[in-house]
Amino acid sequence: MTGNKLLKSVAFYALVVVIVLFSIFPFYYAIVTSFATGTALFEANYFPKAFDWANYKAVLGGATFPRNILNSVFVATTTVVLALFLAVTASYALARVRFRGRGLLLMTILAVSMFPQIAVLAGLFELITYLGLFNSPFALILSYTIFTLPFTVWVLTTFMRDLPVEIEEAAIVDGATPWIIITKVFLPLLWPALVTTGLLAFIGAWNEFLFALTFTSSEVTRTVPVAIALLSGASQQEIPWGPIMAASVIVTVPLIILVLIFQRKIVAGLTAGGVKG
Amino acid sequence: MAKIELKNVKKSYGAVDVIKGIDLTIEKGEFMVFVGPSGCGKSTLLRLISGLEEISSGDMLFDNDRVNNVLPSQRGIAMVFQSYALYPHMSVYDNMAFGMKLAKASPEAMKKRVMEAAKLLQIDHLLDRLPKQLSGGQRQRVAIGRAIVRDPRVFLFDEPLSNLDAALRVQTRLEIAKLHHSMTDVTMIYVTHDQVEAMTLADRIAVLRDGRLEQVGSPAELYERPNSIFVAGFIGSPKMNFLTGKFASDHGCATLGIRSEHIDVVEGGLWTGEIVHAEDLGSDNYLFVEVGSDEPMIVRREGKLTMKVGDTVSLSPKAGQLHKFDQNGKPIR
Repeated sequence: MTGNKLLKSVAFYALVVVIVLFSIFPFYYAIVTSFATGTALFEANYFPKAFDWANYKAVLGGATFPRNILNSVFVATTTVVLALFLAVTASYALARVRFRGRGLLLMTILAVSMFPQIAVLAGLFELITYLGLFNSPFALILSYTIFTLPFTVWVLTTFMRDLPVEIEEAAIVDGATPWIIITKVFLPLLWPALVTTGLLAFIGAWNEFLFALTFTSSEVTRTVPVAIALLSGASQQEIPWGPIMAASVIVTVPLIILVLIFQRKIVAGLTAGGVKG
Repeated sequence: MAKIELKNVKKSYGAVDVIKGIDLTIEKGEFMVFVGPSGCGKSTLLRLISGLEEISSGDMLFDNDRVNNVLPSQRGIAMVFQSYALYPHMSVYDNMAFGMKLAKASPEAMKKRVMEAAKLLQIDHLLDRLPKQLSGGQRQRVAIGRAIVRDPRVFLFDEPLSNLDAALRVQTRLEIAKLHHSMTDVTMIYVTHDQVEAMTLADRIAVLRDGRLEQVGSPAELYERPNSIFVAGFIGSPKMNFLTGKFASDHGCATLGIRSEHIDVVEGGLWTGEIVHAEDLGSDNYLFVEVGSDEPMIVRREGKLTMKVGDTVSLSPKAGQLHKFDQNGKPIR
C-alpha cells in the first residue's frame, strides 16, 4: 500500500521535473551560451565552464544596444498605459451602459484581433507614413495598441460585467460620476485583471518583431528584438552567438522580474465582502 | 423630511409595462412599506423614487418639486441594498464617508457625522475594518450607517433583511424600527416580500400587484378590511382560509374568507371535518381540517395541541369575522 503511494509520488515529481526541464532548458542553454566565448560556443556544454562576461560587455558596450533597451521600455510601457486607459473606459461603456449595437461592437472588436499581423502590415504602413510617424517609437505604440486593445477590452469587459451592479448604484446615490465610479470604485476592484492584461500587453509589445522591423529604419529607433536579430559579427559569415545570447538574457530578465513582482499583486477575491458571498 | 407624491407614474422596458400607473402620496416622516409577490414591481417603484431608473411617464414630486429628471445624488435620498453593496476595498469609515468626500465636505464635519452614525448603530469599533472582515449583520449595519451619514430626506430600503438569517433579521428589524423612531422627520420607504416585516415596521403598507397598487393603508386596515381577495390572502400568516362553491353561496357571496384565529372548535358547528395535519408551535397550534372545500381549513388555537390527526372536529366562525367577496374578488360589505 505504502509502496504504491511512494511510487505514485515519485512518478508525479518525475513528471514535474520533466515538464520544468522541457520549458526551462532553452532559456538555460541561452544563459550557458552567453557565458561562453570562442570555440566553446560550438561545443555542446550543459554546464557553464567559465563565467566570462565578455559577451555582456560587448553587447552593453555596443553603440546602440542600451538605447534599444530604452526604446523597448518606452514603447512597451506607453503601450500598456495607453491600452489600459482606453480599455478601462471602453469596457465600462461596453459592460455597463446600455446602447444600441453594443453586441455588434463587441464582436467587431473581437474580429479585429483575428487579423494576422501580416494582413494589415501594408495598410498600417501607409497609415503610419501618412501620419508622419515612420521610424519613430510612436509608430510602434500605435500599432501595438491596435493589436492589444481587443484582448484587453474583452477581458476587462468580462471582469467589469461581473462586478455587482449594486456597488455602482450605491456610488451613484453617493453622488459619483461615471469617471469617479471607474477610478475610485471599479479600478481598485479591477487590479487583478489590470495587472494580468497589462502584463500580457507588456510582454506582447516587448517581444514584437514584425512591426518593429518594418516601422523603424535606423539603429537608434529599433527595439530590442530587432536589434538582436540584426546584431552582426566581425564578418558577413560570422553569426555572433555569444552576444546574441547575452542580449537575449538581458531582455528576458526584466520580464521575469515583472511577472514575479506582479504575481504577488494578483490578489484573488478582492471583491469578497462587498456583497453577500 | 420630504413628502413624496407620485402622479400616474408609469415605467416600461421596451414593450413590457412594469409599473402601470401609480398614484400615491407618502407623507413626510412616514414609514411606508411596499409589499407584494416577486415581479409585482415593488423594487422597480423604489428605484424610480431613488432616481436609479427614470420614469417613463407621469410625475414625481418631492416636497412639491418635480424631480423626474433629478439625479439620485441630488434628490436627498439614501439607499440600503439587499446585498449591502459596500465598497469592498474601502474600510468601514471610508465606506460611510464616501458620499461626503465626493461632496467635498470638511474632514472634521465628515468625522463627526460618521462617528455619530457609527455610535448610533454600535459599529464604532469596526471603523478600520474591511467589509470582508464583518459578519452579515454588521455589513448591513454599515450599509445603514452609510445611508445615515448622507443625512437624507428619504431613506430607501430594498429588501435589506433578505440576506440575513432568521435571528439577525428580527434584531435588525428592531434596529430599523428604532431608527425610524429616532429620525422622526425622515421619510422611509421599505420594500419587502415578507408580510411580517411589512406589518411590524410600517405606518402604512402599499400592496402592489402586477404593476398596480392593490391597496394602501395601515397594517390594521389591511388586515381587518382588505380591499380584495389578493390583499386578504397576502396579508396575515397563516394565510386566510378561502371557501368557494356551496360554502360561499350559503353566505351570499362567491368567495368566503375567514382567518385561522377567527374559527372556534365547538359542538355542532357550521363546518365539520377530519384533522389531516397538525402543527404545534408551543404557544399556538394549527389544525388543518378537511371540511370538503378545495384546501384544508387552517384553524389557529392557543396553547398546546390537544387533538390528534384523524379526530373529527366541528368548527364555527367567530361572529362578524367573515370576509365576503364577489366574483371579481372585491369585498361585499
